[in-house]
Amino acid sequence: MKVAKRTFDAVIVGAGGAGLRAALQLSEAGLKTAVLTKVFPTRSHTVAAQGGVAASLGNSTEDNWHWHMYDTVKGSDWLGDQDAIEFMVKKANEVVVELEHYGMPFDRTDNGKIYQRPFGGHSQNYGQTPVSRSCAAADRTGHAMLHALYQRNVRANTQFFVEWMAMDLIRNADGDVLGVTAMEMETGEVSIFHAKATIFATGGSGRIYYSSTNAFINTGDGVGMAARAGIPLEDMEFWQFHPTGVAGAGVLITEGVRGEGGILRNASGERFMERYAPNLKDLASRDVVSRSMVTEINEGRGCGSEKDHVLLDITHLSPETINKRLPGIREISIQFAGVDPIKAPIPVVPTCHYQMGGIPTNYKGQVVVPKDGNPNVPVAGFYAAGECACASVHGANRLGTNSLLDLLVFGKAAGETVVADFQSGQLTLKPLPENAADVSLARIARLETQTNGEEVHEVRLAMQRTMQKHAGVFRFADMLKEGVTKILEVAERAKHTQIKDKSKVWNTARTEALELDNLIEVAKATMVSAEARKESRGAHVRDDAIDCAETPNGRDDKNWLKHTLWYSEGNRLDYKPVTLQPMSADVEPIALAKRTY
Amino acid sequence: MSSKRTVQFKIYRYDPDKDAAPYMQDISVELEESDKKLLDALVRLKAKDDSLSFRRSCREGVCGSDAMNINGKNGLACLTSMDDIAQPITLRPLPGLPVIRDVIVDMTQFFKQYHSIKPYLINNEPAPERERLQSPEDRDELNGLYECILCACCSTSCPSFWWNPDKFVGPAGLLAAYRFLADTRDQATSERLDNLEDPYRLFRCHSIMNCVDVCPKHLNPTKAIGKIKDMMVRRAV
Repeated sequence: MKVAKRTFDAVIVGAGGAGLRAALQLSEAGLKTAVLTKVFPTRSHTVAAQGGVAASLGNSTEDNWHWHMYDTVKGSDWLGDQDAIEFMVKKANEVVVELEHYGMPFDRTDNGKIYQRPFGGHSQNYGQTPVSRSCAAADRTGHAMLHALYQRNVRANTQFFVEWMAMDLIRNADGDVLGVTAMEMETGEVSIFHAKATIFATGGSGRIYYSSTNAFINTGDGVGMAARAGIPLEDMEFWQFHPTGVAGAGVLITEGVRGEGGILRNASGERFMERYAPNLKDLASRDVVSRSMVTEINEGRGCGSEKDHVLLDITHLSPETINKRLPGIREISIQFAGVDPIKAPIPVVPTCHYQMGGIPTNYKGQVVVPKDGNPNVPVAGFYAAGECACASVHGANRLGTNSLLDLLVFGKAAGETVVADFQSGQLTLKPLPENAADVSLARIARLETQTNGEEVHEVRLAMQRTMQKHAGVFRFADMLKEGVTKILEVAERAKHTQIKDKSKVWNTARTEALELDNLIEVAKATMVSAEARKESRGAHVRDDAIDCAETPNGRDDKNWLKHTLWYSEGNRLDYKPVTLQPMSADVEPIALAKRTY
Repeated sequence: MSSKRTVQFKIYRYDPDKDAAPYMQDISVELEESDKKLLDALVRLKAKDDSLSFRRSCREGVCGSDAMNINGKNGLACLTSMDDIAQPITLRPLPGLPVIRDVIVDMTQFFKQYHSIKPYLINNEPAPERERLQSPEDRDELNGLYECILCACCSTSCPSFWWNPDKFVGPAGLLAAYRFLADTRDQATSERLDNLEDPYRLFRCHSIMNCVDVCPKHLNPTKAIGKIKDMMVRRAV
């Protein structure tokens, strides 16, 4: 097959929030940039974010970045890198105000400022009382943000390659990144995008689980590509289960519902979060709320005929508040739960939502790997931002609204780093290896000729069921062990998938087969990393970790205050230290403490 | 809710790689109890015949990917309930746009029109250090406008757009145009109106209101278009 070659200063893979924010930086600096995206930009999953973006603007309640930093470090169960967290919370006001200037239709306070609402785990005065930190456009913040960012890119004349699926990362013998291969979905043709800089902004991989709030497209493409190309994946055992997915459907109900006063109730109508988090109650951190819900259900206090969910109640809010602040939620409840939340509570269950781990980066958006004894050496030409990356600001558990902040801050930072590296002449176009597209062509050729294989949807379902059963909200030592064996078996099966559709044109069977290759890398990384981490921390909670003075909540800082690194080759684990020192002298390190809400 | 059931489809099929011409395929599929929306049924169908091609992503009506013509009316598969839908369920691509394959259409013309209205805030004053202020009432003017998901259900149900897709902006683009005209932070009102002052771009709307009828987000492009026409008249007198 003939492979066309296109050359750019930079190629960005993904056009969600992080990709678009990075693209803006590059376009405005005049770099010749290609943004590859497998869906039209406004269809990216950022569009589904609801409740808001965090910034300590203090428009409704007193606030400052020190409190935001404390909440984020505590939320991460101290696994977040404090330099990156300091960087993010300090940049928050700037990037949110920029969005407002781009035209984002934020809701407003009476005095015309950006409206802010309370959110889980965000507090005043180091954990004391809830704070209004989440900047919101009704309950459609992600939609408003993604469209504003796309629109700003239209103004900046950014060059998009829409419905192009990136396939493989291209590296040379030194390990430098030289671009990607990508397939145009309309023609099925593969091209090489040769670039001085490559930014991955491909989003999360929530589709490794059976029940997920994530879109169909969230198949961990960048994460899988990086893993196959020898880049380790960081902290992949940490997955966020959002407390309120619609029971049965998995569709997200924002935490903003609880921010506006919503209450979780069990079968007897009890506000059970008062027992688990006496201080922040329903607005405790997501991992805490999800575990409390599952405990209620496991102990027989679930709702419905199957006692398999709890209820999210906003019937005490006025219809005006619901229609003004939560119109999208009302629509989703009616559509997917068959319930009008003005009249009756919404059935909800914890649902896979967000990948805390990912491609390891520093706070500048550079991808970093261990080399010659240094755990964080930048890979020349390679950058990543947003959910596919691990900066690491979310550590073992992300706070709500910190994901939209993450993609703005680190999308912009990655863009700025590329521009700076470009302008200083550090970035050069390195020669492509002879066989740059061979791996991708071989993957396509296999799908052309494979016989006696399993269908893609069967293998995908096996993976999703395995992940759901063996690496859920609560984890068990024996189940994880068994899970590793099972997921490696599924990975073997994925090598022999077969598709019947052989068309060149918009062949979604082929796309789904290629996506499965990416999902499988993520699933393996998750299960293997989780099995190995013998403690409870944030979203990773296992039965054999004991809550005692030495290991509070089962967290073992002596042995496990470290980042996991999983390598696809050899299915091997490594670890690196957590950065406990903030970036500047403006703030003291947030000292380790037992996490309670 | 009914349990396992078989549903009948009639689906527009066309693969330019092998089909000389498009055809309607009769096909049925057995649904699981959890298959509540048309998109669930399509995913189930695709497991049976992996060559069936359609776009989809968020499955909750906010990304705008899975617009198609469902029993003669444009809509999103993910928001179409399987409970009260007439069988055989007839699925065709959105009308008026070139078909790439099956129900996947080429949306180039649609986005070209969207881009033509300069869909971004124009304000050339130096950006202040903090947010620009906007009263809650002024912000409310954007409700019913900014929520558009660019699914193209409206424009591809509009006879004026079918006839002049290259000259008439269409309901989606005009809704976006009014979204910026209505924004107190935007300073390009007269430039935006100039851009629409032409026999086709705006004035080909004859208030047929198909757009309002099909919008899965319950938006009202016709009303927005009326307001732009009002602004045109007011600035002329």
